Amino acid sequence: MDSVLSPAAWLLAGIQALLFTLAAPLLSGWVKKVKSRLQNRRGPPLLQPYQNLWKLFGKEALVAHTASPVFRAAPYIVFSSTWLAASVIPLIATKLPTAAVADVIVLVGFLALGRFFLALAGMDVGTAFGGMGSSRETLIAALAEPAMLMAIFTLTMTAHTTNLSSVVDHTLESSYSLRPSFLFALGAMLLVAVAETGRIPVDNPATHLELTMVHEAMILEYSGRHLALMEWAAQLKLMIYGVLIANVFFPWGIATELNLGSLAIGLAAITSKLAVLGIALAVSETVLAKMRLFRVPEYLNLALLLALLGIFSHVILEVGA
Amino acid sequence: MLQLSLTEQIVSVLSAVVLFSSFALLAQVRLVAAVHAFAWQGALVAAVTALMATVGSEPHLYFSAVLTLGLKALLIPWMLHRLIRRLALDRHVETIPYPALVILFGAGLVLFSYWVVLPIERLGFAATRNVIALTLAVVLLGLLMMVVRRQVVSQVIGFMSMENGLFLAAVAATKGMPMVVELGVAFDVLVAAVLFGVFFLQIRESIDSLDVDRLNRLTEAETE
Repeated sequence: MDSVLSPAAWLLAGIQALLFTLAAPLLSGWVKKVKSRLQNRRGPPLLQPYQNLWKLFGKEALVAHTASPVFRAAPYIVFSSTWLAASVIPLIATKLPTAAVADVIVLVGFLALGRFFLALAGMDVGTAFGGMGSSRETLIAALAEPAMLMAIFTLTMTAHTTNLSSVVDHTLESSYSLRPSFLFALGAMLLVAVAETGRIPVDNPATHLELTMVHEAMILEYSGRHLALMEWAAQLKLMIYGVLIANVFFPWGIATELNLGSLAIGLAAITSKLAVLGIALAVSETVLAKMRLFRVPEYLNLALLLALLGIFSHVILEVGA
Repeated sequence: MLQLSLTEQIVSVLSAVVLFSSFALLAQVRLVAAVHAFAWQGALVAAVTALMATVGSEPHLYFSAVLTLGLKALLIPWMLHRLIRRLALDRHVETIPYPALVILFGAGLVLFSYWVVLPIERLGFAATRNVIALTLAVVLLGLLMMVVRRQVVSQVIGFMSMENGLFLAAVAATKGMPMVVELGVAFDVLVAAVLFGVFFLQIRESIDSLDVDRLNRLTEAETE
C-alpha cells in the first residue's frame, strides 16, 4: 500500500475525519427537521445541534461528589473512540491510509470500547437511572453486535477482505449483479443501526421519560462540556452507521482517485445519500411506535436471522460450484 | 461467483426471499399475519416458477405458476382467513416456547439441508441448482413449524409451506413434475385445505379449543 506513506493522503484522511465530526450534528439536525415536517411542525433550524453543542461547551461542568475519575474520563474516551472509528470508514474517498491500517473488526472494537465506557459512566455515580440505562444498553449491545458482525462478514466474504475500503472497491469493480446476501445483510444492518444509535423503535432520542429511556438515562448526570462530548459522540455514531450503510451497500459515486474532481463528486454523492437515508429514518420514526424493552431481543433476533440468511445465501447461492 | 444471467439472479434472490418467508412463518405468532406470510410465500413461489419457465423455455411451467398463484397465494389463504374469522381467532396470539431457539434451530436446518444437497449439486442440472438446498430447507422449516406449534391452524400452514418447498424443489431440480402429477398435487392440497377446515370445526366442538396439546391431556385424563 503506497498510500500509507504519502503525506497528501494522510492529510486527506485527516480532513475526512474532521469533516465526519463536523457534519455529524448536521445529519441529526436534518433528521429532526424532516421528522418535524412530517408531523406538521416547523421544527428547530438545521443548525440547532451546533448551537446546542456550543452552548454546552460554554457551560460549567458539574460533577457529582460520588463520581470517580472514570466519570470524568468517560466523555473524552467515548468521543475519541467514536471519532477513531469514524476515521476508519471511507466517507468521500477510498484507499486512504486510515482505512488501510484498520479494518472493520477494529471499527467494531472502537465502537465497543466507547460503549463500554459509556456504560461504566452510567453506573459510576450510583443513581438508579444510570444503572438502569447501562444495563439496558449492554443488553441491546450484546444482541446487536453479533448481528452486525455477521452482516459485515457477509460483505467481507464476498470481497475476500475485512478492509472496508477494499470491500467498497470490490463492489465498485465487480460487474453489477443482484446478490441476495447483500439484500439480507442490508436488512440486518438497518435493524442494527436503528438499535445501536438509539432511535425509535428501540429507544427514543427525543424524550427523557424515565421508564423508556436507554441512552439518555446513562448520560443523565452529565453537564457542560462532558454532556456536549457525549451528545456529539452519539451524533457521530448515527453518522457512522449512516455512512457505513450508504457507502458499503451503495458505493457508487465515492472517489477512488485522489484528485479534486472525483473528491467533489464523492462529497456530493455522500451528502445526497445521507440526506435520503435521513429522510428514510425520519419516515420510519414517524410511522413506528417505540416498542417495549422486552421485545427488543425479538427485534435483534430478526436482525441476527437476516445476517445469518445473508451468509447462508452467499455460501449456497453465490459461491456455488 | 457464478456468472448468471439477470433472470437467474432474480430467481436466486426470490428463492432466498422464499426461505426468509419460511422463517417469518415460523416466528409469526399472530394467525392472520401468518396466513398473509403464507400467501406471500405462495406468490413468490409462483414468481420463481414463472421465471424458471422463461429461463428454461418450458411453457408448461407457466401453467404451474398460474396454478400456484391461484391456489396457494389466493384461494387457500382466503379460505384460511375465512376459517380464522369464523372460529373467532382473529386476535389470537400463540405463545411459542423459546422463539429464539426455534429460529436458531431453523438456521441449523438450513445448514443441514445445504450439506445434504451438496452431492446433488455437483451433478449439476441447471444454473439454478443452487436453489435446491433452499427448497429442502423450506420443507424442513415447514416440518419444524408443525412440530413447535400447538395451534392447529398454524400446523396446517406449516404443512402447506412444506408443499411449497416440495413444489419449488421439483421446479428447480427437474423443471417441474409431469402435468398430471402437478394437477393431482394441486387439487390434493385444495381438498386438504377444505378437509382441514372441517377438522378444525370438529376439533373445536369436541375439545372447545384448537390447541392440539389438549388432545393429549384429554386422553390421559380418561385413562387415569
